[in-house]
Amino acid sequence: MVRFEDVWLKYRNPAHPGASARDVLRGISFEIPDGGFRWLTGPSGAGKTSLLKLMYLAEHPARGFIDILGTRAAHISRHDAALLRRRIGVVYQDFRLLPQLSAYDNVALPMRLARRSEPQIAADVSEILRWVGLEDRMNARPDELSGGAQQRVAIARAVVGRPKLLVADEPTGNLDDEQAERLLLLITALNRLGTTVVVATHNMALVERYPAPVLRIEAGRLVGHG
Amino acid sequence: MARRDDLGLRAALADRLLPVLVAAMSFLAALALAGTLASASLAASWRVQAGATLTIQVPQPDDPDVSGKLTRLAAVQAMLARTPGVINPTVMSEADENTLLAPWLGENVAQLGLRMPGVISASWAGPGAPDALGATLGVVSPGTLVDAGAVWAARVAALTGSLQDCAAAVLVIVALVAAAVVGVAARAGLAQRRDTITIVHGLGAQDGDIANRFASRATLLVAAGAIAGTLLALPVLAWLAALATPFSGAAGGLFNLPPPLWFALPMLPLAAAGIGWVTAQLTVRGWLRSLA
Ligand SMILES: Nc1ncnc2c1ncn2[C@@H]1O[C@H](COP(=O)(O)OP(=O)(O)OP(=O)(O)O)[C@@H](O)[C@H]1O
Ligand SMILES: [Mg+2]
Repeated sequence: MVRFEDVWLKYRNPAHPGASARDVLRGISFEIPDGGFRWLTGPSGAGKTSLLKLMYLAEHPARGFIDILGTRAAHISRHDAALLRRRIGVVYQDFRLLPQLSAYDNVALPMRLARRSEPQIAADVSEILRWVGLEDRMNARPDELSGGAQQRVAIARAVVGRPKLLVADEPTGNLDDEQAERLLLLITALNRLGTTVVVATHNMALVERYPAPVLRIEAGRLVGHG
Repeated sequence: MARRDDLGLRAALADRLLPVLVAAMSFLAALALAGTLASASLAASWRVQAGATLTIQVPQPDDPDVSGKLTRLAAVQAMLARTPGVINPTVMSEADENTLLAPWLGENVAQLGLRMPGVISASWAGPGAPDALGATLGVVSPGTLVDAGAVWAARVAALTGSLQDCAAAVLVIVALVAAAVVGVAARAGLAQRRDTITIVHGLGAQDGDIANRFASRATLLVAAGAIAGTLLALPVLAWLAALATPFSGAAGGLFNLPPPLWFALPMLPLAAAGIGWVTAQLTVRGWLRSLA
């Protein structure tokens, strides 16, 4: 379950720590049950990425209450936060692959952090890379891959550990229609296996083809829910 | 797991500069350590030798003393024989005296026709330093000088004491600078790998996972530098030991270094590695706290 209750977010400006920051999110409240699927839409700059950052514990709210997979985010130790992050798969809008590692090692990263055995890592990583159509590019480094291929590596890394919560920020931005379609099949399959999914997107055609409740955000406020 | 560069943090520290700086500091630390131990052992042997020695100089030894009955030398000898604490007063022969002065006046002292003072050596077993002895002897033979080894021993002790304090200060400063250097190197490595660390952190790496990688690397580089610096100091220490041979009275060379040094030198790389590990851990963990 993911639950937000009257959540506000400000970004501190590192250059002017004293300056009063703008509220990027204002009074956000919603609840996603375990195994739920939500689209997150809204104009550019509305606060979609900001809301997702709170979900994957990359930001702390200025006010409000956040519950992620049954854990109150505000009262969590650094150690437990790290453990919770391992149960959340994230597809970043800007991919965030490690440039010095191969596609295989990038995807293996979360499993290695979870101290899985190398044979299990080899089996799971190969399978997921096959799923996203990159089985013959396993040894390529990110800068040797196209934008779409990098995005698929990022998606593979997010789902390889079978997360309880999958957070995807514009995961189809660099994909052609066929690849986007294939990705949605992967995500809905994972969702059917019990993973709670939130996908931020501008792609309204995709939203129409895969009907699910929509969280719509405008200028930091939730304007449509359900 | 640390074998593979699975977190992409292998080249995360300045690989060349850090060991070189640490080597230079270990070199200094080795010299300071050797200085402390060597001055302690030299001072101990000097104290034993000098503490018990009295050297009495009697000017114009053949002139009559104050009473006019004896030569000055004989009068001083007689007085010394009656003074409690003075043991075994011996008049130094002219030949011995010349040998003693040869380093300053040359081998042909005898031909210079100097009027040499009479020199009496003795041992002092009295309580404290024989401060009043010079005045007592001056009564029968004006101008008689008493050179008490105890005074020198005290000065040597004070000197070596302050030398040891300086060496200890050098060791402390070197340790602090080493910690600062490791801290700066770790910060530079963190800044260079900021994106990687942020990503790995976001994927659920514990602070300890990341800090341990930096700290292992730092420890390795620091230990390598410290071993090199200590080894480089050995020839210099051997050379210094050779210089000190006339004073320590033992055979020179590496094998004449004070035995505690052979225990202390291997401690240098260990201490350096410890400083490297702790500093890197603290620096990295402190930096990670700035991430959410
Ligand atoms: N790290 C940051 N520091 C300060 N302001 C930020 C930061 N990140 C985002 N913002 C601001 O917060 C607002 C919301 O940004 P956010 O990235 O959440 O929008 P978004 O809905 O994801 O947009 P897009 O559709 O373009 O990805 C924007 O005005 C943006 O300028
Ligand atoms: Mg965004």
